[in-house]
Amino acid sequence: MSADALLTIEGLKKHFPVRGRLFNRSNDSVKAVDGVSLSVRKGETLGLVGESGCGKSTLGRCLLRLEEPTGGRIVFDGQDLLTLDKPAMRRLRRDMQIIFQDPYSSLNPRKAVGAIIGDAFRVHGLHKGAGRRRKVEELLSLVGLRPEHYDRFPHEFSGGQRQRIGIARALALDPKFIVADEAVSALDVSIQAQILNLLVSLQRRLGLTYIFISHNLGVVRHVSDRVGVMYLGRIVELAPTAALFARPAHPYTEALLSAVPRPSVGTASKRIILAGDPPSPLRPPSGCAFHPRCPHRQDICMRETPPLKDLAPDRAAACHFPLTLAAATPAATH
Amino acid sequence: MVPARVRPSRQVWMRFRRKKTALFGLAGAALFVAVAVFAPLLAPYGTMDMGPSFQPPGAEHILGTDSLGSDVLSNMILGTRTSLIVGLCAVLTSNAIGLTVGAIAGYFGGRTDNILMRVTEMFQILPQFFLAIIVVALFGSSIWNIVFVIGILTWPVTARLLRAEFLSLRKREFVDAARALGMSDFDLIVREILPNALPPIIVNASLQISGAILLEASLSFLGLGDPEAMSWGIMLHNAQEYFNRAWWMAAFPGLALFTTTLALNLTGDGLNDALNPRLRT
Repeated sequence: MSADALLTIEGLKKHFPVRGRLFNRSNDSVKAVDGVSLSVRKGETLGLVGESGCGKSTLGRCLLRLEEPTGGRIVFDGQDLLTLDKPAMRRLRRDMQIIFQDPYSSLNPRKAVGAIIGDAFRVHGLHKGAGRRRKVEELLSLVGLRPEHYDRFPHEFSGGQRQRIGIARALALDPKFIVADEAVSALDVSIQAQILNLLVSLQRRLGLTYIFISHNLGVVRHVSDRVGVMYLGRIVELAPTAALFARPAHPYTEALLSAVPRPSVGTASKRIILAGDPPSPLRPPSGCAFHPRCPHRQDICMRETPPLKDLAPDRAAACHFPLTLAAATPAATH
Repeated sequence: MVPARVRPSRQVWMRFRRKKTALFGLAGAALFVAVAVFAPLLAPYGTMDMGPSFQPPGAEHILGTDSLGSDVLSNMILGTRTSLIVGLCAVLTSNAIGLTVGAIAGYFGGRTDNILMRVTEMFQILPQFFLAIIVVALFGSSIWNIVFVIGILTWPVTARLLRAEFLSLRKREFVDAARALGMSDFDLIVREILPNALPPIIVNASLQISGAILLEASLSFLGLGDPEAMSWGIMLHNAQEYFNRAWWMAAFPGLALFTTTLALNLTGDGLNDALNPRLRT
């Protein structure tokens, strides 16, 4: 893994056990995240896309140990997160934060804004006394709210304003790394743009590293430096944003991109319609999990799971027959 | 929608006072507390002031006198205090246990939850009077033993209510957000989840008070009450034999019990309506 990585994940797994009936213990589990390895570089935004249920949010929550991973390693800033005890993990939480999808359920309705944000300082014993209020007011200004909002309650704000409060809370401890989990999906389109621009400008000013989780390709394209595409708990393609959108290597990525409506007249781009629903993560298909829906499948796809392998510098896909990349990269050696 | 700049607590009051029965109940409950607090000042006679027995209600003894010749009204006023003490202390005991168990079970879930809920069920199946009789027989009939019995009998309801609230609230994103800030389990339970879980607990507590008062009266009526403390139940107990001769001995304490319970239940009902359209927007 590269030396400038802030966060490195190796073989991360999160399986949710499925409870059997009484006397009929079931050993089944939903493999929400099933062996994800990737690294996030300092200062970059890594986008994570995929359909609902592909495990992208679970992955994000595992990174912060809001969900306890079943296996694998998470190395953040040189420390193996999964070996930390509770107090050490609590200290480390200052460096990694999360912005949630739903601005309505992510703020405690019984606490005023000042307490919601100020709790970050209280927990870590920072900025005691009057300095705390000043610090919270600074944060409110930073995210485009007014210091007078300090004493108000969440129900007095609009969705976009609430999301700003959530962002201020995430920024309070001066983190290095933020997981934005569908951070704009619940907002109106016009508000989405404001929040996205706020996130981008904060990244520049504060040198933040983001993992940006979304099902919205347009949004991911706008903010990400690199994009990881997830399907059924695994990364199927990982590439720089421009390259991925120009030439997808995995058939699933290709199908996703073809589904994005493009405002062009005349040139009706050919749309790849995927047959069927995403398979159940309870019983994923044999071999490549995508094979039942893949237009290019061969026999080997049903037998062997393709590993995520490098196709070119900085490009990787998990496919036995990746779509040929530009400039005659000898992609498939089959 | 809710006007801006109104604190949540004030919104609850605004909704509460819209309902006449709730206000009536609250007034009744306030009167009950006031009488209990100022009982010795309000009672026209002391418990030891004996006059002629079985005086019907009249000018001298507004609600008559009992078999020993003491004033029914005075006894009722002094009995209010016992009712209030038993009601409040029993509910405090019950909630101290119930909230602790419910919060731990609901927050940690899994095996902890399973064990605690089985223990809770064991307490729920205890036959009320049987337990009461045993405790009184073993430890004597002081009002503190009665408070203890009522607390032991009623905490499972509180525990289950709070557990249910915790189970749904602990999955909310604001809890995860606080955890991501580094908050400890204790802080998450007490500062984040509990305040949001309280509305049904408050409603339940107001109903529990009237339940506790009734239970104390029932125990006293059966002769298991504290003979040192004047209470409505004991008055009813004493009235049993003389019901044909002196109806007032039973009627007025019974009426007091009825109106107090009604007032407390109406208050609880009003609180339920005022707290339940949750401040979730």
